[in-house]
Amino acid sequence: MATTGVMRPGHIQLRVLDLDESTTFYKDVLGLVETGRDAAGRVYFKAWDERDHNSVVLRQADRAGVDLIGFKVKDKATLEQLDKDLQAYGVATERVPAGELLETGERVRFTIPTGHVLELYADKTDVGNGQPYTNPDPWIPAAEHGIGPHRFDHCLLYGPNLEQTLELFTQVLGFHLVERVLMEDGKSLLAMFISCSHKAHDLAFVCHPEPGKLHHVSFLLGSWEQVLRAADIMSMNRVSIDIGPTRHGITRGTTIYAFDPSGNRFETFSGGYESYPDHQPITWTFDEVGPAIFYHDRKLNERFLSVVT
Amino acid sequence: MNLPAPKVFHQVTLVETGEVYRCREDETLLAGMERLGKRGIPVGCRGGGCGVCKVQVEAGEYSKRVMSRAYVSAEEEAAGIVLACRVKPLSDIRLAVLGKMKKNVCATPPAADAGASQP
Repeated sequence: MATTGVMRPGHIQLRVLDLDESTTFYKDVLGLVETGRDAAGRVYFKAWDERDHNSVVLRQADRAGVDLIGFKVKDKATLEQLDKDLQAYGVATERVPAGELLETGERVRFTIPTGHVLELYADKTDVGNGQPYTNPDPWIPAAEHGIGPHRFDHCLLYGPNLEQTLELFTQVLGFHLVERVLMEDGKSLLAMFISCSHKAHDLAFVCHPEPGKLHHVSFLLGSWEQVLRAADIMSMNRVSIDIGPTRHGITRGTTIYAFDPSGNRFETFSGGYESYPDHQPITWTFDEVGPAIFYHDRKLNERFLSVVT
Repeated sequence: MNLPAPKVFHQVTLVETGEVYRCREDETLLAGMERLGKRGIPVGCRGGGCGVCKVQVEAGEYSKRVMSRAYVSAEEEAAGIVLACRVKPLSDIRLAVLGKMKKNVCATPPAADAGASQP
């Protein structure tokens, strides 16, 4: 599809309990590239293959979790139009001035029915992926430092009001529903996987009574082999692993889940399929939620539904 | 050939079940339990962030690291209520398990089976 309107998840700001420990982890174990620090003490990273200045921002706090998720939109006119559309739909928005996040333009901020803070922005400085735009090589040494994912890909959020949230994303922000898991009543949404692009998911939600929780932030790898390499690097560094390597039924991605030093879950995954807005969504019934999430084990591990930050 | 220095162990007792395990002074109460394949304290993120391994230390000395204020208040921490993944023993320890692994997905509508709601 032509990627226009809301294009992709662009940044996520995470709360960490020990900034130095977490900075070392994100840089040397996950293998992101540190791109800056601001006056508020936040540390900025990008994955090696990303072109924009930052995608992961760490903030020292007294509790773990997610502060906000930013989506990049096509241009400034799109940003203005989406702000109008959100307000017309009844969503209160506010403006965050350019530069509040390093190398990032003005943002439109709002809270979605699951309690999470979302932002839209049109500008973030292109710093490149370490290769020129003329005659580049395919990868750079940073691609092999730590786990070394290609990009921040999506995240899974836990909170209430999934139906209203789906309506907001599909009717105002141009997302399409790719897959969903139904509750025992066969109607209500237990989980949903939505896309604003050709990806199998740009954002996912699981219904949860407490608003604003983070289940995981996900990073893209190039192959199943790299998922196994990520698992080795996690074990070498005594990283707290949740589950994997395994495969999801939902999206068909191959994956391993682990926790950062503050307990924020992250995923490194590869594969899955491409989605288009005309594809009808895939539905998983409640009795098949085990293989939907973990295709080989065919059952959930207890932590997957219980542990969030 | 130099062998590694001998490890210092302490005995950890879970008061409800009487379960006892030996935990090294250089590992957390949770890691020690997991390493021996034992159960009793719920295992979550192992990073002080999710709160499921919350315990009350009733006796014993320990060292600790920063843990999420969303799950342990300063008052609780001062009273020995801590996350087992952030605490290492300096003596034998007796503790009560407070944390729970709750399947915290939304309750299904009233007419449906409540199997997915909290236990």
